[in-house]
Amino acid sequence: MSEAATATASGGPPAEAIGCSHVWTRFGAVVANRDVSLSVMRGEVHAVIGENGAGKSTLMRALYGMHPPDAGEVRIGGEIIARPSVPAAIARKVGMVHQHFMLVPTLTAAENVVLGREPWRGPFVDLRRAEREIGELSERFGLRVEPRRLVSSLSVGEAQRVEIVKVLWRGADVLILDEPTAVLTPLEVGELFGVLRELVADGKTVVLVTHKLDEVLQLATRVTVMRRGEVVGSLDPRNTTAGELARTMVGRDLVAAPPRPIFAGESRERLRVEGLTVTRDDGTRALDDVSLSVRGGEILGVAGVEGNGQSELTLAIAGVIAQRSGRILVDGHDVSHDSVRARRDRGVAHVPEDRHARGVVLGFSIADNVRLGDDALDGAKLAKVTRSVIDRLDVRPPEPRATMATLSGGNQQKVVVGRELSREHGVLVCAQPTRGVDVGAIERIHAEIAHARVAGKAVLLVSADLDELFALADRIGVLFRGRVVGCVDNVPERRAELRGEIAALMLGAGT
Amino acid sequence: MKSILPPLWATLIALAAASALIIAVGGGPLAVYRLLLAGTWGNGYGIGQVLFKTTPLIFTGLSVALALRAGLFNIGAEGQLTVGAFATAMVGLHCAHLPAVVAVPLALVAGALGGALVGAIAGALKAWRGAHEVINTIMLNFIVRAVMVGVGAHLFEREQIHTAPVAASAELPRLSRFIPGLHGSAANASLFIAVAVALAAWWLVERTRAGFRLRAVGASPDAAATSGISVPRVQFFALALSGAVAGLVGANFVLGYKHYYEDGFSGGIGYMGIAVAVLGRSRPLGVVLAALLFGTLSQGALAVNAVVPKELVDVMTAVIIFSVAAAAPSVRRRLEAAA
Repeated sequence: MSEAATATASGGPPAEAIGCSHVWTRFGAVVANRDVSLSVMRGEVHAVIGENGAGKSTLMRALYGMHPPDAGEVRIGGEIIARPSVPAAIARKVGMVHQHFMLVPTLTAAENVVLGREPWRGPFVDLRRAEREIGELSERFGLRVEPRRLVSSLSVGEAQRVEIVKVLWRGADVLILDEPTAVLTPLEVGELFGVLRELVADGKTVVLVTHKLDEVLQLATRVTVMRRGEVVGSLDPRNTTAGELARTMVGRDLVAAPPRPIFAGESRERLRVEGLTVTRDDGTRALDDVSLSVRGGEILGVAGVEGNGQSELTLAIAGVIAQRSGRILVDGHDVSHDSVRARRDRGVAHVPEDRHARGVVLGFSIADNVRLGDDALDGAKLAKVTRSVIDRLDVRPPEPRATMATLSGGNQQKVVVGRELSREHGVLVCAQPTRGVDVGAIERIHAEIAHARVAGKAVLLVSADLDELFALADRIGVLFRGRVVGCVDNVPERRAELRGEIAALMLGAGT
Repeated sequence: MKSILPPLWATLIALAAASALIIAVGGGPLAVYRLLLAGTWGNGYGIGQVLFKTTPLIFTGLSVALALRAGLFNIGAEGQLTVGAFATAMVGLHCAHLPAVVAVPLALVAGALGGALVGAIAGALKAWRGAHEVINTIMLNFIVRAVMVGVGAHLFEREQIHTAPVAASAELPRLSRFIPGLHGSAANASLFIAVAVALAAWWLVERTRAGFRLRAVGASPDAAATSGISVPRVQFFALALSGAVAGLVGANFVLGYKHYYEDGFSGGIGYMGIAVAVLGRSRPLGVVLAALLFGTLSQGALAVNAVVPKELVDVMTAVIIFSVAAAAPSVRRRLEAAA
């Protein structure tokens, strides 16, 4: 933060880098941005926060020219942009790093960076020059990028750095980052923040969309809070608290999470996994001899750096992917060779990791998405279950016929969680249940997971968010390269110590 | 409401393009369109012929549409209808001793089974071997063609390219028997079968559990699989069903018109079904309307042949198809922007 402040001071009198006035954007009947005005000064780290569906991403797309607003003006460097478009934004040195990366996996980092603006030498792309320039940029901002690595071989954090380098290489002075930390490990988040501080120290301006309050307090020099399409506050993070931010964001006080009751579950084992091995298409082992056991009334958390087998673990238990060997038992029944349906009938509820690909059908209504959980539901029965899902998780809009695609990510996830919990179940498998989901929805979803535990279900909770695991789990296991490398009891008094222990295990210290 | 706009636009664009062409060949667009209407909806015979040409397009359009709702592109309606019509003719041939209430359904079931068999082969290859259905269905069209040449050599009438006629009890009556105004046209009772199949298809897709699974697989196979729907099974049945509907085409030509199977009778109705399905947005009602439009154009082409080359109407048909196909991505983009 101090660097940022210095930058503002050294950059001459503060002038507006990018902004907008009275912006309106509608999608059908939904107003995504309602008379929004925003002004980001040069050298600022300006955070835009709000719940999912508050209109943050829409606003960023308006600023970047990807989706010009229906009404209102967009300004870049004080100039009113008559016809906002992405080329217009790039020409005025604005760059955007999207939540979902836009990289070609079969090209190298350097090739991706120069794609579309290749430096030519005769008939050839001057990749050497590109690599040199990327090297210089990396050096200058502490962005570790290996230009010759294939993007498909990069971790999420590395891919994100390539995106940032790409934007910088194109000469951007204003960087818009949409939910940049949603997919990063804690370590990578720290690195990203370092980079952003460097950028601001160099005179760049950063606009950061997020819904994580601690990030805002750590990094931002200015915070704009959005709620339901409107700007509801503009705050100085130095004079505010996380509580106040959350209140402004959600529009009410958040209920403090009740202290987690000490595990008093049954001793009955409801989910048992023995020697589970799953291979990927290329023959490598995504899961290697994994065994675990979850009792009724217990939440087993699974931590790990993305791509260490968590996805495969949940999908294999749900029956979506086949195991190579090993057994899965639900309430004592071997379901290893059962279909997804048979396992669901046995009582396995599953909140899948990839909401858009697996959790919901975006083109279906809320009601039809509820029906996905049990397609025998029809007519009045379906209406009743849908209504109860909407009411119980406060899905907005509370309209069973609304198309899923028009709902915010948080509300989509509420539908998934509500659907899965509305079924008779004994085992709940949750993969990243609150990823990319806003504070209000997180609160709801966590309450539901905690409730399932109290109701005697066995819960397997996979999360990249250690705080989520600490808040909910009774035990936390760590996956590293497809193996369980450790498992600790979640004792609140030892939290700081455990955090270090788990972080080390996640990086392979236990092997 | 929104979903009918692209087809309307497509038709308007096609009219404009055709007008330009008519002027280019020295005709008057209005005069040609008047002639086209007069030759189709202007008299009983024209109406009857339009309905006759619409009927098979409803079957093939529904066939393609059903597969599309399951996310599958059935290019094989041509082969499926060939086998179906042939089966209809062969069963109809042996129905002499049966009353019509048994003979007609029997011949229809044979047609559906014949088409379903071809569809099921493509479906099985897709569902359990992952072979792309576009390739499978196209290749099956060629195989069917080749096989039919061999079969014809044995089963066709001597010196002919058609089979012996079906038994009288298996014939479907011409509509002109009930509506004298349609006299001379080939329109027959198979039109009602086509409309009934369209209604059944709507009911199946929109109202039943199987239809829900079909739509879920079509909209998102991964989400469907995760929620416990067997995606391969749905794909298999979707293509088999698609083939069955295409196989009913024989009702029109074999049972209702010529009363025998003739080599090459289809003339590409199976491929036209793709255009009908796309223009009809894969909805049964839309398919019926799109089939009517193409049926009208097909008959209208003959009517205007005296003034302008009938190929001009083919150009119109093609422009409609292009326009709809070109409109599709823009519709998709709009949906994505909303997401």
